[in-house]
Parts: sequence; structure tokens; C-alpha cells
Amino acid sequence: MNNELIARYKENENFLKDESSDLMNSVREKAFQQFQKLGLPDKNGEDYRYIELEKLFQGNFSSAFKPQKLSVDFSSLFQCNVPDLDSYIVLLVNGWYYYQNIKLDLPDGVLIGSLREMAKKHPDIFEKYYSKAASYYEDGLVALNTAYAQDGLFIYVPQNVVIEKPVQVINILVHDGDFMLQQRNLICCEENSNAKIVICDHTLTPFKFLNNSVTEVFVENNANLSIFNIQDQNNSSVHINAVHAKTKQNGVFTSNTASLHGGTIRNNFIATMEGANAEVNISGIYLMDRKQHIDNFTFVDHAVPDCVSNQLFKGILDDEATGAFNGRILVRKDAQRTNAFQRNNNVLMSDNARMASKPQLEIYADDVKCSHGATSGHINEDALFYLRSRGISEKEARLMIMLAFANEVIAKIDFAPLRERIEELVDKRLRGELSRCTNCVVNCG
Amino acid sequence: MLQIKNLHASINSKEILKGLSLEINEGEVHAIMGPNGSGKSTLAAVLAGREIFEVTQGEVIYYGKNLFEMKPEDRARAGIFLGFQYPIEIPGVSMVNFMRAAVNEQRKYKGLTPLSSSDFLKLMREKKELVEIDSKLTNRSVNEGFSGGEKKKNEIFQMAMLEPKLAILDETDSGLDIDALRIVANGVNKLKRKDNASIVITHYQRLLDYIVPDFVHVLYKGRIVKSAGKELAFELEEKGYDWIKKEIGEE
Repeated sequence: MNNELIARYKENENFLKDESSDLMNSVREKAFQQFQKLGLPDKNGEDYRYIELEKLFQGNFSSAFKPQKLSVDFSSLFQCNVPDLDSYIVLLVNGWYYYQNIKLDLPDGVLIGSLREMAKKHPDIFEKYYSKAASYYEDGLVALNTAYAQDGLFIYVPQNVVIEKPVQVINILVHDGDFMLQQRNLICCEENSNAKIVICDHTLTPFKFLNNSVTEVFVENNANLSIFNIQDQNNSSVHINAVHAKTKQNGVFTSNTASLHGGTIRNNFIATMEGANAEVNISGIYLMDRKQHIDNFTFVDHAVPDCVSNQLFKGILDDEATGAFNGRILVRKDAQRTNAFQRNNNVLMSDNARMASKPQLEIYADDVKCSHGATSGHINEDALFYLRSRGISEKEARLMIMLAFANEVIAKIDFAPLRERIEELVDKRLRGELSRCTNCVVNCG
Repeated sequence: MLQIKNLHASINSKEILKGLSLEINEGEVHAIMGPNGSGKSTLAAVLAGREIFEVTQGEVIYYGKNLFEMKPEDRARAGIFLGFQYPIEIPGVSMVNFMRAAVNEQRKYKGLTPLSSSDFLKLMREKKELVEIDSKLTNRSVNEGFSGGEKKKNEIFQMAMLEPKLAILDETDSGLDIDALRIVANGVNKLKRKDNASIVITHYQRLLDYIVPDFVHVLYKGRIVKSAGKELAFELEEKGYDWIKKEIGEE
């Protein structure tokens, strides 16, 4: 498989480099060299034990190494999972920033647009941030992405700017056959800035979409960034979603991911705190059934003193769905007075659903407050009977208990219209009514 | 209202109820007493439909219907209420949503339309006063972080909301101080009507100072071995259960 990915790169190198900035291309070459050494992570290492990347990368994929002029009807946007949100909407199609996005009326200095175009227009910003959070030296998937990266989302919030409305990013995957892409996003929040980003991932056709995406996030001193991600893709799709975030002094980075649907989802959340009093909150709810697989991986790095991190991942798995949670907190020697918490709870709805959970704490400082824990179990029969004994049907009682379980994660979304919408989506999903992309016009099964 | 005939029930193949018979009519309060392990809580759970118990023999007829053909939720909708000895905490399910769902399920069963939000909240307020339950409790998740006494009061509050035909109170008095006991008993007494009935399961006579039963039954080794009027409770309090054992020819 690695050889095929290497050959594919060589065949398309000219397309990949064409119209990309010099910086992106020079990083690209180094990353490609590194990928040749690293290859895809295999199952022998701890980090990818429950996911078979080799197998997932097999197939006869098309790719788009040039921006496509697809005629996506812009009005179909509003049938995304989160319609009618008062937001700045941008669309990406197959990893490319959509060429017909409406011009946004943004606060002064805020940049939202195509990664490839912005890299050429703002080399100073890219010099400072591009490839500075996601290291291709150690991580084969990051190396692969960096070698192939051409476009994706770019958001830049300058110093002291608050974007009041959320930025809503709709990632659409649409093709008439299996398709591979390496989307690359860069989000920078300068000092004292504040932004909220809602990311909705959709597939519009029933093919195998393999997206090995990397998102780099920079939260500078006193900045505050929240990313809410709704993952709702088809049963064949493979989404490797790596978020690499650096948070500076007094900065707050929050990530909340609702994995509602998808064939295989692998989320990598790599968060480093590089300034005192930084805060990182990473949470996720996942609802998997049939043969779906969810793999949440976190690495929270307390590199400096006086920081706080919270991780909460909760999941419900039915049918033959499988899942893994591999969470690691590292408290380095100098990171005194660290508060770091991590929890993973799972409900297995069937005898064939499986969950592997591995919470890890690695502490080298001596004045810290840390906790971690994990549970996997079936629905509480006593609670179920209690509700039924008051006249509530078994089905409804189950739903109430599962919604309550999921709600602990959803309640963390401090943005009411989105929180309510996600509650609704989770409710629908648990009722089996969210077959996929409910609100999508393309009924692709 | 309720006829229990020769009821046998077991859990994990161990027989707990061994031929229990009892008849309950509208307007009656029955106390069931008995030593630990005699099957009191099993009786309550079997009547409410707890599936971990297996009914091996006998029948229970509730208003002409075979109770064992009804799911727990249908029994509840038809007016059977179990006050739990150990009420369950359900984090994340709010008391308000829980009660709204329960009340409306019952109304649906009776062919009534769901209560409007304002009517429902009004009903909550009335019943909260009736059972003297703290308003804060009903704004929380079901039983979550409630003290023992608060949980028991919450059972009576739910009973008041649902106005059952047949209330089965399983050791509602256990773990209550005297004030809480008075409040719980008051709630039960206020809810008493000519057309409903209660089964009060208790270990001690104490509760019966507040809830006056029409009949007292002694349950022992899975059967009712003695039934009489309320005076039996005093006798049990005075003499314990040993004389009953002697009377039925044990020891």
C-alpha cells in the first residue's frame, strides 16, 4: 500500500505542485521524503491497534488534483444538518474550497478562504504557522497529508477581533465512484481573538470516500476558539480527522465532535499547551451501529505549568459496531499545578458491539490534579424498569436513558442554537430516523 | 380489584413466593408485614412486572384481566403504582420530562389528549404542595443526589401525580426520620379515595401509626400465614414474629 501511495505521488507530483505556494511545495517534498520512511502506521503500534489502515487504503480511488468545477447547487447548503443557523457559511467540495462561495462580510482583517490561494497571498502567515503544529516527522498520516495537500479551509482571526457569528464550514464529498482526498485546513486565532467554527461533514453519493484530513489550529495568548464538528457520512466512508492544536498563555481551545454516522471514523486530537493558564477541552459523542467503526485518539500535552484540560468521550454502540478510545495525558516535569481530567463512557446496546478503551496518564510533575477513567456496559436495567413502572414504554424509556447519557457531552456546547440542533439530531439518530444526511436532497441510501 | 391466587415466583430457580393468595378491593388499605426474606419485596416486584422474577404457578387478576399478560408500562397505565424501596437515580433525565412523559402516557391510555405545558406545570405545583416536596428537587435529574428521605418523598410525589388505582408501597418507611415519615404517610392518606386501594409493605409497625390499615397480613416463607385487622400490627410489634412461627407449627 505504501508503494502505491508513493507511486501515486510521483505520477501526480506536477499537478500537486502546480499553483501551490513555494512554501507548501518545499514542505511537501520534505514530507514526502519522510512518508517514504514512515509509511502508514500499522497495527503493531499501540496507537492504531484497532483500525486497519492498510485495508482502508485499499481500493481503486479517483482523486482531484485540480480544483473541480462541480455544479453543486448552493441552495442545497441550507439542507445541511444545521440549516438556518445565523452564520458565515463556506462550502468545500471534495476538499477544495468551493469557487463560488458567496463573498462574506467579515470583520476587518479576518481571512476565510482557500488554503492554496491564501498561502500565495499571505506567505508571512504561512511562514509562521503552516506545518508548525502537525509534525510529519513522526506521524505517517500527517506526512502523507502534507505530501499531497493542495487545498482546504483557511481561517485567520487577527489580534483583538471577535467574530460574533459562527463560521459554518460544510464539507461535501461527491463523486461517482470511490474517491481519495487529503484535505488540509489551517485555523489561526491571534492574541485576544475569539471565534466559533461549526464543521459539518457530508457525503452526497454512496461511494467510498477516503479523507485523510489534517487541521492545524493555533490559539495564541488570550484567544478563544471553539470547533464543533458534526460527522455524518455514508457507511462506506473513511474519515481520518486529525486535529493538531497549539494553545498559548490564557488561550482556550474547545473541540466538541458529534460522530453521528460514518463507515470508519478516526479522530486524532493532538493538543499541546504551550503557555501558562491555557485551557483545552476536548469532547465527543459517538453513535455507531451496523458495522461502523469509531476510533477516538487523544494526546493532551501539558508542557507548561498551570494549565487545565478536560476530555469527555461518550458513545453508544449497537449491532456489530466497534469502537476504540485511546486517550493520553502527558504532564511534563515542569508542568506543576496541572489540572487534567479524562473520561470515556460507553453503552453497548447489543452483544456483538465491541469497545476498547484505554485511558492513560503519564505524569512527571509532582503537584498536579489528574483523573482518568473508562466504563463500558449495557443499559441500566434498573433504570429502564423504573421508567417503565411509571407507564413509559420500553422503547421510549431506552431513548430517555440514552439521550440523558449523550446529553452530558452535548450540554457542553455553549452555543444554544447548535446545541438544540445536535440534541435533535442525536434523538433522531437514536430513534433510527437519521439514516444519513436526512436533510440532504440527494437520496443516496 | 385484585385477586392473587396461589402465586409462586422464583428468581434464579430459587422459589421465593410459595402459594400466596390475597384479595384486595377498592377503598381498602392492606398492610403486609413479615420478617426479612419472607418475600415482601418480591411480591411488590412481581405485581409491578419486574422481569427478573419468574412466575411459575398461580394467577393474578386485576380488574378482570390477567396481570401477567400486561407489560410493566401497561400495568402502570392501568393504575398500578410501585413505590420503590430503593428508588433509582437516573442522571440526565429531568424530573419534569420524566413526569410529563409518564402523565401523558397514562392519559393516552385513557384516551385523553396530552396536558398542555401550563396545565402540567400547574399539576406539578399542586402535587408538590400536597407531599411537601422541595421545589428544587423536581428541577433536578430523577433521584440524582437525593437523600434517602428525599427519594421516598419523591416516590409519593410521583404517586400523587399519577393517582393510581392500586399503590404498592415497598418499605416506604425504611430509612425515614419521624418528620419524613409523617410527610410520606400524610401524602398517602390524602391520596386515599373510595375507589383506590393500597398495599403497604413494612417491616415495622411504626408506619401503621400514621397509615391505618384495614387488614394486616403476615408474610412468612413466601405465603400469607395470618391475616387480621389492624390490631395484629400491635401484636407483632410487641411479640415479634416468633409466636407466629409457633402458631403455624414451626419451632
